[in-house]
Amino acid sequence: MGDVSNRKTNSNSRRRIPNIKFTKLFINGDFVDSISGKTFETIDPSSEQVIAKIAEGDKEDIDLAVKAARQAFDHGSWPRIPGCERGKIMNKFADLIDEHLEELAALETFDVGKVYSFETNVDIPSISKEVRYFAGSADKIHGKTLKLSSEFQGYTLLEPIGVVGLIIPWNFPSAMFVLKCAPALAAGCTMVIKPAEQAPLTALYLAHLAKLAGIPNGVLNVVTGFGDTAGAAVASHMDIDCVSFTGSTEVGRLVMQAAATSNLKPVSLELGGKSPLLIFDDANVNQAADLALLGSLANKGEICVCSSRVFVQEGIYDKLVENLVEKVKTWVVGDPFDPSTHQGPQVDKKQYEKVLSYIDQGKREGASLLIGGKSCGKKGYYIEPTIFENVTDDMLIANDEIFGPVMCLMKFKTIEEAIGRANATTHGLAAGIVTNDLNIANRVSRSIRAGMIWINCYHNFDSGCPIGGYKMSGVGKDHGVEALEKYLQNKAVVTPIYHSPWL
Amino acid sequence: MASRRISGVISRSLSLRPLSSSIVSQGNRSSLVHRFTTAAALEEPITPSVRVHDTQLLINGKFVDSASGKTFPTLDPRTGEVIANVAEGDAEDIDRAVAAARKAFDEGPWPKMTAYERSRILLRFADLVDQHNDDLAALETWDNGKPYLQSAETEVPMFSRLFRYYAGWADKIHGLTVPADGPYHVQTLHEPIGVAGQIIPWNFPLLMFAWKVGPALATGNTIVLKTAEQTPLTALYAARLLHEAGLPPGVLNVVSGYGPTAGAALAGHMDVDKIAFTGSTDTGKIVHELAAKSNLKPATLELGGKSPFIVCEDADIDKAVEQAHFALFFNQGQCCCAGSRTFVHERVYDEFLEKAKARAQSRSVGDPFQKGIEQGPQIDSEQYEKILRYIKSGIESNATLECGGDKVGSKGYYIQPTVFSNVKDDMLIAQDEIFGPVQSILKFKELPEVIKRANTTRYGLAAGVFTQNIDVANTLSRALRAGTVWVNCFDVFDAAIPFGGYKMSGIGREKGVYSLNNYLQVKAVVTSLKNPAWL
Repeated sequence: MGDVSNRKTNSNSRRRIPNIKFTKLFINGDFVDSISGKTFETIDPSSEQVIAKIAEGDKEDIDLAVKAARQAFDHGSWPRIPGCERGKIMNKFADLIDEHLEELAALETFDVGKVYSFETNVDIPSISKEVRYFAGSADKIHGKTLKLSSEFQGYTLLEPIGVVGLIIPWNFPSAMFVLKCAPALAAGCTMVIKPAEQAPLTALYLAHLAKLAGIPNGVLNVVTGFGDTAGAAVASHMDIDCVSFTGSTEVGRLVMQAAATSNLKPVSLELGGKSPLLIFDDANVNQAADLALLGSLANKGEICVCSSRVFVQEGIYDKLVENLVEKVKTWVVGDPFDPSTHQGPQVDKKQYEKVLSYIDQGKREGASLLIGGKSCGKKGYYIEPTIFENVTDDMLIANDEIFGPVMCLMKFKTIEEAIGRANATTHGLAAGIVTNDLNIANRVSRSIRAGMIWINCYHNFDSGCPIGGYKMSGVGKDHGVEALEKYLQNKAVVTPIYHSPWL
Repeated sequence: MASRRISGVISRSLSLRPLSSSIVSQGNRSSLVHRFTTAAALEEPITPSVRVHDTQLLINGKFVDSASGKTFPTLDPRTGEVIANVAEGDAEDIDRAVAAARKAFDEGPWPKMTAYERSRILLRFADLVDQHNDDLAALETWDNGKPYLQSAETEVPMFSRLFRYYAGWADKIHGLTVPADGPYHVQTLHEPIGVAGQIIPWNFPLLMFAWKVGPALATGNTIVLKTAEQTPLTALYAARLLHEAGLPPGVLNVVSGYGPTAGAALAGHMDVDKIAFTGSTDTGKIVHELAAKSNLKPATLELGGKSPFIVCEDADIDKAVEQAHFALFFNQGQCCCAGSRTFVHERVYDEFLEKAKARAQSRSVGDPFQKGIEQGPQIDSEQYEKILRYIKSGIESNATLECGGDKVGSKGYYIQPTVFSNVKDDMLIAQDEIFGPVQSILKFKELPEVIKRANTTRYGLAAGVFTQNIDVANTLSRALRAGTVWVNCFDVFDAAIPFGGYKMSGIGREKGVYSLNNYLQVKAVVTSLKNPAWL
């Protein structure tokens, strides 16, 4: 690994290579080869070496998986057992995730380059928590009895929507897996999950644990493969009742189109962002710098809510930049298995090259490179944490989702200006506000057109807190009651009543 | 919808599916069971498979003697003999327990923990309960006299089920953001109310523990629980398991003792923020009065009932007979929601009566530890004598005694399943809560008539309706002034179904999402807004 200025880097010395147990499609409770027999390689982004050959699912495999899910929904026990029974099985699933925490964490780190200590301390514990959250929801799905305007009584039944298609990304493979499947399971749906081709390993492992927990065959199917084949087949399938996708805005549009031209299935989309972090003059510099780093660099910048536009009020700007640069110098890029590492490699070559090309673009457009800006190491997809300043709103790096460790600093004068510029984007996923002024906090949080506002914090996700985008950042919410509602149909039942003593 | 039907069957909670249905339908199995006339109670009682470990008060995470050093005996209702001597808590012990609960609430860690951590402790507790299912069940039957299978296969599993249910609520207690008429940001915070005093009865010692303790813990409160003096044992056992599961000391304190001493001290305590009581209407009034006189603490009261069970002319008679029988005789008739006024339409009255009588006569009474027994002894001599007095009153007021009417055996508190017909609304047995195995059957003609008669009671806890007609079902469900109406079923007690009374049957609802409100304060936070983008 190349030495980058005075930045600490780590070599690949503490690798815990996990044993790869599951490489086939998981359909109807069994691990099976793809019909074509084809496979694809999943790559370790730290070493660029092939980890394993994974069965490559295509349309025919999706058909099989949908058939299994359809059978499990139409005739199986899952939607027909009481919610508390589903909850019990899901709690068992959560317990198994906890028992296999280290193995899941290692697979995740190996497959996509996420920092291992983050996986064991935060990410994997958060997925068992998510499963438990929705396990506890399964027996709390209440419809309403309705106050009607004449002598009728009405009530709503919340019924599972049916077979759901779940297409998940590679940046948080396990977290996205449970983010989608846990509420769908709680609702009583059956599902076909298409993981990202960059990150198939933990999805298959989780499918295995789901089976061990007692989730019946056919309820949860996992088809690994590519977006334009397997993914497209899910989105356009006539026998899938609902599709939920997390990924880029560009692909989200295709998913919605496919849903519209096939059976008009409802779609929920959690897409890209260009989320602003607004730092006001009264902010604590040190806290603001920490939040900016966390917001922009966490998970190598591979996170849809990444604070990729950092707006700083002019009074605090210089102090903040100074503080940021000092902090970035201690930011350790390297082997994600090393406990002192902050940042591992980008997920794959394509992303790596894309991020580097945006950095070049930024330079060409006239932004000032404050620090970073290069790849690092001889092997693996490592990129230096990079900060641009003097970024203007019209530059490509201020408009496009880079999905890498690249922070764009912009200066502003007034609150009105900050709000206007923060909202001048086609995205609306998240925003951060750093201020101690109550009026600024309240005013800005209501003014920003985004689905999640963090005030004096960033990246605080919670199973009970819905997240999803405004504008082209998506449709619908994940997490919380709102997520459960995506997987439920609402049926109103109305019948006349006679001689009721009240109405 | 098929799934609804299936879930309905599976989720039947307090019903004794295997017993009640098989015994009536399979006459040839009668050799296995003891009809009440055979006086099975005379046989030597079966020795329970469990030992009594916990007899002291549980205060601040430790088992301790009462301040006075006094104890009281808890009795085996099969024999009237002593099972164990239990520490007798009084006002001073309540003070100690409240101080511990106060400290645990004010200083934490319980209310300060994340809701997820609280839910994990409750889930671990539920797992421990499952592991100790048979011990808890045996202890419950020994102390209370209810059939062992009812304890082991229905009530203890329901107990862990309730805790899992409430564990799931812990992290889902959402307030609202509220619209304002001007530039204000308004939100409601749902905060734990503080130290909850809870007084539970003897008829379902474990389930009443779960109904009270489950929501209070899920919402982050601390508790002083006063158990009934007749049944102190399982609460102590369960509370020990709850501490094994990780409950911090002081969060749940259990004080065994009597109502007028320990119970009154709790209800009237100035440092208890909330009182919840399940028991008789008479005692409920005293609890409410003590709450009012002391610190005006809110009270949740789940009290007596005289619940109507209405059999319409189009009902499936066999099913109605079985469910009416179950509604009254279940748990030795010791249910607050017992269907104790069976109204039967005149066109089906004779058929119903004949079958109801036959069903009561086939009810097996005996040692609750014996397999196949449907009915054990009443809880204690006081209840036993009271029921016998009501039976006498029924005979004296010229109701027709169709069967039963007497005690069974000479030892323990066994009473014959008793059926009265020709019961009139003004008879005492049609008005008072008997709390025993005495079914009163009344005749009716018209729907408006039965609505009026069913509602002519100071109670309003529950009602049963048997009809196939959708309009009759809807009319009755809405017209009956009762907190639960069961249509073509009875005693379905899922965790999510709220339960509580109209009128003098109580205040508030337990179970379900409604139960959380009993243990939450709602705080509105209003903040002035400057230049908001929208309102």
